[in-house]
Amino acid sequence: MHELSIVSSIVDTVTESLSAYPGAKVLEVRLRVGALASVVVESLEFCWGIAAEGTAMEGSKLVVHVLPVVMRCVPCAADVELEGVQSFRCPRCGEPCSDLRQGRELEIESIEIEDGEEQK
Amino acid sequence: MTTRIVELRRGILKKNDELAAGLRASYAAAGVLVLNLVSSPGTGKTAFLERTLKELRERGARVAALVGDLETDNDARRLAASGAPVRQINTHGICHLDAEMIGKHLLGWEGVELGGLDYLFIENVGNLVCPSSYDLGEKIRVALLSVTEGEDKPLKYPTLFNSADAAVITKMDIAEPCGFDRELALRNINEIRPGIRIFETSAKTGAGVEEWLGYLAKAREGAE
Repeated sequence: MHELSIVSSIVDTVTESLSAYPGAKVLEVRLRVGALASVVVESLEFCWGIAAEGTAMEGSKLVVHVLPVVMRCVPCAADVELEGVQSFRCPRCGEPCSDLRQGRELEIESIEIEDGEEQK
Repeated sequence: MTTRIVELRRGILKKNDELAAGLRASYAAAGVLVLNLVSSPGTGKTAFLERTLKELRERGARVAALVGDLETDNDARRLAASGAPVRQINTHGICHLDAEMIGKHLLGWEGVELGGLDYLFIENVGNLVCPSSYDLGEKIRVALLSVTEGEDKPLKYPTLFNSADAAVITKMDIAEPCGFDRELALRNINEIRPGIRIFETSAKTGAGVEEWLGYLAKAREGAE
């Protein structure tokens, strides 16, 4: 349950990048979160309102795009998408896979902003 | 009013990742093998580490440990009985250790220089969820699981087990009375982290400890 510290760092990062857009208001913050990132999406959303209060993100929407786990399957010579996180085997050939290609992402993809008065 | 999309592509834990990368470089430069021990509360991390520190010291290795807990320095005092330098990190409510806490506690640690160590063990806060997100710059992340916890622990906490480099099963001396299904536990660990090294240990009887120490010695050679 470290979602509050995660949303706090999102607020910090977005605030930093807003310095290039003075007066802008954030409408939406879009995240890419891997299925193995060990964060609970509902919990992120719950904390978002609290963390965003009093910042340019107040009232904005947090949109979380969950990425499935992708493993490299050596026998298939292909990157394969897993259906869940209960078995790290290639869904095509059934061989165990140990080379993770996607699934631990925890990043801010983009923000949607409304320009401030001085930018009009 | 005009709206626009601004691409950021920024890692949310970037600050921790950067600090961890710095720590990793300093560990490598000092030639010290750093391990991060993660498990639920009550798995026996401290008992396992007590045994490990004692055995390594008897073999002439230079060891130290950082131990994380929300409160109290009980674990640090237990571990210090091995004679190794030990420093407690109290997180006061935070559910994991992060790279900044490690960096701070490495500074000003009386009598301890990274360059004077062969092994540094970091005992994380007992938690199988949050520590998996925070890189501490370690070379080896160890997931521990005791025979009393249920063989499906790896399936319940795949994020942690999948990010581990080695798995340690603790309390093997009471496996039988606990009805521990060894085969099933091994299969579940392998299902989540195929091919991972697994050590079946008892801090009490010393079972599996030789094999574990052999693994550490080999890993250290690779670290130098």
